[in-house]
Amino acid sequence: MQFSRLYGLATLRRLPLTRLRNVLRRFGIAIAFALLLVILSALSGSFLTISNLLNIARQVSINAVIAAGMTFVILTGGIDLSVGSVLALSGAVIAGLLAAGRPVLVGIGGGLAVGALLGLVNGLVITRGRVQPFIATLGMLTIGRGLTLVYTDGRPITGLPDPFVWLGAGEVFRIPVPVLIMMLVFLASSVILTQTVVGRYVYAIGGNEEAARLSGVNVAAYKTLVYVISGIVSAASAVILTGRLNSAQPTAGVGFELDAIAAVVLGGTTLAGGEGSISGTILGAFIIGVINNGLNLLNVNPFYQQVVKGAVILLAVLLDRRLR
Amino acid sequence: MPSVDVPLLEMKGITKSFPGVRALQDVSLEVRAGEVHSLVGENGAGKSTLIRILGGIYPRDAGQILLRGLPVEVASPTHARQLGISIIHQELNQVPALSVAENIFLGREPRRVGGLVDWDEMYARAGRLLADLGVSIDPRRRLGTLTVAEQQLVEIAKALSADAAIVVMDEPTAPLTVEETERLFGFIHDLRARDVGIIYITHRLEEVFKIADRVTVLRDGLHVGTYAIAGLTMDELISLMVGRRLTEKFPKEDVPLGPPVLDVRGLTVQGFFRDVSFILRHGEILGIAGLIGSGKAEVAHAIFGATSLDAGEILLDGRPVSIRSPADAIALGIGLVTEDRKRLGLVLSMSVRANITLPIVRRVAVALFIRRLEETALVTQAIRDLDMAVTSPEQIVRNLSGGTQQKVVVAKWLQTRARVLLMVEPTRGIDVGAKVEIYHLMVALARRGVGIVMVSSEMEEILGMSDRILVMHEGVITAEFPRAQATQEGIMASAAGRVRSAV
Repeated sequence: MQFSRLYGLATLRRLPLTRLRNVLRRFGIAIAFALLLVILSALSGSFLTISNLLNIARQVSINAVIAAGMTFVILTGGIDLSVGSVLALSGAVIAGLLAAGRPVLVGIGGGLAVGALLGLVNGLVITRGRVQPFIATLGMLTIGRGLTLVYTDGRPITGLPDPFVWLGAGEVFRIPVPVLIMMLVFLASSVILTQTVVGRYVYAIGGNEEAARLSGVNVAAYKTLVYVISGIVSAASAVILTGRLNSAQPTAGVGFELDAIAAVVLGGTTLAGGEGSISGTILGAFIIGVINNGLNLLNVNPFYQQVVKGAVILLAVLLDRRLR
Repeated sequence: MPSVDVPLLEMKGITKSFPGVRALQDVSLEVRAGEVHSLVGENGAGKSTLIRILGGIYPRDAGQILLRGLPVEVASPTHARQLGISIIHQELNQVPALSVAENIFLGREPRRVGGLVDWDEMYARAGRLLADLGVSIDPRRRLGTLTVAEQQLVEIAKALSADAAIVVMDEPTAPLTVEETERLFGFIHDLRARDVGIIYITHRLEEVFKIADRVTVLRDGLHVGTYAIAGLTMDELISLMVGRRLTEKFPKEDVPLGPPVLDVRGLTVQGFFRDVSFILRHGEILGIAGLIGSGKAEVAHAIFGATSLDAGEILLDGRPVSIRSPADAIALGIGLVTEDRKRLGLVLSMSVRANITLPIVRRVAVALFIRRLEETALVTQAIRDLDMAVTSPEQIVRNLSGGTQQKVVVAKWLQTRARVLLMVEPTRGIDVGAKVEIYHLMVALARRGVGIVMVSSEMEEILGMSDRILVMHEGVITAEFPRAQATQEGIMASAAGRVRSAV
């Protein structure tokens, strides 16, 4: 017994797998995703069909869009628990404006403004008020939900115009509009994170906030900005969800923050900040989506589905830590 | 019983690679009981890697570790401790929120029946350990309230508490004062008498000659040799380390001084320093000396806008300026090389490229979009100018040696085209070769008219590089020496203040 403790771990780690480990470390999550696809294709004939894949992409889109914003926040070392509530309030405001006969663009603009405003409040409470992001956004989670209930009086808002519904339920050349929106959000996020000063600063703040400050980075401003970004994309996901349901639900988005965080972490972004990528996040979101879809196709009892999903997330992250 | 000729510890043919780097190749180290064995080499020579392998932090790729002649596998840091190997790391691994005693006994607290911590026993034992070290620290104090030097002493007490057969000390004297260092050396003598084997890593070569019996020299991951100290001179040791003879350690040149570039008057930060005034000229290197806690580093931070001033004014090229943040200072042409590159100077998770251009990335951007080619040109130029040991601009800074990391910090401030460069402990924890390179750089900058404030605890570099020297004691400037009149004794006396010189 003592023997295995003395030799086991060290020997295992010393196996001449350095190169393989490097490959796994860089592409592990992509490989896991590919494996998942192969397994599910083998198990279910209807999995690898274009209509099912598009279906998955559509289902994934809402969480993926939120997770893109969450990636910015987590890269700075923060967290945004309020995304689900921001989604609900933005959706309600959009639906309220549209139901009152305002033009579609005004409705969407109003929703995005609400998202940006709530994000700004989060950011200011965190930077000016020096409140920990977990607590600040936990407060906003509750406030946002409460405001939604006040605004909707606890009832769904219906009667939305067709052009708006198209944003959530429409298609362009068979590709669902939500998927196009998701691609747009990811493209923009990726460009911002890899090509711009903003992205550079986001990574710097997450990697070493004090060093960033001493290099002249306006840390408070950029930290605030990531919460505004998170608020705006949460509102964008509200556009998709409200359009798809053809109504705004006061309870929309409950628990969405957890799926978004799971997607970001699965994608290899560390909760401590400074390291991660938007391409990882999109893979993370798709892994969660594919698991959901596959378990449905395989007729797994929905109660067990949650267990499996949670276990897969833990397993992936554990594997990732082992490889690091 | 181990026979007399069997060494306490043998590491044979140790080889270790990291992705893209061969850190150690066929390195051996032999330590006898009751020996102080010094391990020296430039940054990146592989000293830390070797120690981490011994401490069970890294697995090795090849080689053997023998303890009293028997092969062992050190599987983890805990296992190393069970084997009697105690390591005092350069970066302290301590919990600031816990008490001194809790830190010393972390993970192996004395227990009462039923598994509860025996607090009385723990505090008593911690108190005895500290008293043995000649340190008057209350074991109940929270560790975070101690000075860095005191924390280091606690770390040493912790290593000794484990009844170790081998104690590894990695730069233990870096934060210690002269007296604390002497006390530590006294303690090392006691340990030696108890047949403990001591591996002593340091950049301060005079310490090697003071306390070591033998020295093992590493260079670029290779084992250069193991020598008895008695048959070695300082110059020989340095040339073994760097593989060449250093012509001159301090390449200071006389540069014609220009008009004043920085003029500070009556600077005060409550609790740190008060009424600090001085004038720095273009092309001048102004040394600020002082003991730990004299407030000398804080002066540099305050001028840079990193901490806010309670009183005083700052003039730059004759014009009064208001500096409220580091961003203001950078815009005005002031740079700060911080004393702690890992904590304050670098974003370790980012690339060499991103670190070097962090303060000026806006300048190479159009409408927030970074112009990659322009940035690459700047970065490759900096890498060439400073002769940095990097494989590519995309290399992550965490994986670089200390000396190269320090060059990245300096390169970062060269990008800002600063007219005033504040350098706090510019060569702390880097090897002789890299030190000299940094000094050359300072001279080149001075020649270009940059004014340099060099805050340093190293007497040698203060004397060797400064045009003029200010000495601080308890937050006040107590003396000013022109280069020609500066002596080690004079500076020490002023740094110690009147209190100590009266004793």
